[in-house]
Amino acid sequence: MKPAPFEYYAPDSIDEALSYLAEFGYDAKVLAGGQSLIPMMNFRLAQPSVIVDVNNIKGLFFIQPNENGGLRIGAMTRHHQVEESKLVADRAPLISETMPQIATVQVRSRGTFGGSVSHADPSAELTAVSVALKGSFLLRSQKKERWVPAHDFFVGLFSSVLEPDEMLIEAKFPALPERSGCAMVEVARRPHDFALVGVAAVVTLTKDNICKNARIVLLSVGEHPMQAQLAEQMLIDTKLTPESLRAAAETAAKSDIDPGGDIHASAEFRRHLASVLTYRALDKAFARARGDG
Amino acid sequence: MTNNKNISLSVNKVKYERSVEPRMLLSDFLRHELGLTGTHVGCEHGVCGACSILFDGQPVRSCLMFAVQANGHEILTIEGLGTINNLHPIQESFIEAHGLQCGFCTPGIIMTLVPFLEKNPNPDETEIRHAISGNICRCTGYQNIVEAVKIAAAKMSVVKSGDIAHT
Repeated sequence: MKPAPFEYYAPDSIDEALSYLAEFGYDAKVLAGGQSLIPMMNFRLAQPSVIVDVNNIKGLFFIQPNENGGLRIGAMTRHHQVEESKLVADRAPLISETMPQIATVQVRSRGTFGGSVSHADPSAELTAVSVALKGSFLLRSQKKERWVPAHDFFVGLFSSVLEPDEMLIEAKFPALPERSGCAMVEVARRPHDFALVGVAAVVTLTKDNICKNARIVLLSVGEHPMQAQLAEQMLIDTKLTPESLRAAAETAAKSDIDPGGDIHASAEFRRHLASVLTYRALDKAFARARGDG
Repeated sequence: MTNNKNISLSVNKVKYERSVEPRMLLSDFLRHELGLTGTHVGCEHGVCGACSILFDGQPVRSCLMFAVQANGHEILTIEGLGTINNLHPIQESFIEAHGLQCGFCTPGIIMTLVPFLEKNPNPDETEIRHAISGNICRCTGYQNIVEAVKIAAAKMSVVKSGDIAHT
């Protein structure tokens, strides 16, 4: 229950951090909020020989407006800072709604936006929310810099496209079109515990209340956040009704995902939750897009 | 160890300078290096909440931080909250409502509640239960803890104490 020994570096600039990652590669691990990495180290599931602690890099802590109504969140911005941010509430209310559902208050004190995303836990709310909001992540190494859409970032269980010499620097989210509504709902055994299933939904309507765009992303039902594309296609260019939302929710649960069972929930129960929660998320998002949510 | 790091930090308003191995958890540092055994260690993987302390005024799990990360920061533990003769209102309330039995979870719960009650002077039961959801108690069934928090909120709205340096 104690971590194995490691070499410790606490750079105060991004460049210095990237130089350690370039030097040590797979042997190094970036320490952000530590709320997942340190438990793994305590259990010795992770035994990195080098820790690059990025908590002293001031340039990674920020929440800023992006051009045209979008939002930028620095990788080390802590969950409680995102939770309390008025700018986030104005520009990405889906993120604000999600924050209190993430883990416990003590974890939100330390945990970071970029850390949660980089860890790529399929039950992490911010992974699904980032995909639902068409966010993208800035990854930087000493050699290059690239923006990766959230949709392409997560590739498997706890794995992303991040290379060992790369670090996630910031996330950006475009402004939502007018007449858009969002919702994030989840079920956990205990509030703030890992979600058995969660659903993030974004609905955009035309002036005549036709569904212009719908995004449905589920968490805890696969190896990474799962976009329910068949369900989305059923809604786009149609007039939304409780029946059509329910049909889309059922399709999401039956055809878009293939959840596994474990001691926390059977596959069947997860499918059931996926259907119920997708409906609730769509219903809420639809109401908000109409302006009466 | 050759790769020890020197750290300087404030714990309960006292300044300490120590040399620590980077892998030393903050919880172990408080208990073993400083002898502040009021911070309890339960699960050591961020589930039980027994080791909760205030780090720059924020409740954190001290088993999910390395001592070396506390360099230059300010920590408050249960020992810095009240004294035997001058208990913090939350501590008094736990006695009055019988909000503990074995007491193992109590320091972590109380430290979590300090900033919560400062931000929410008049919480309802749901808010209280959410606030302590990161702390596990295996004795009380939480009922009396919730009662204790209600009493503490009433006391603290009268006496503004428990001054934590917020940064």
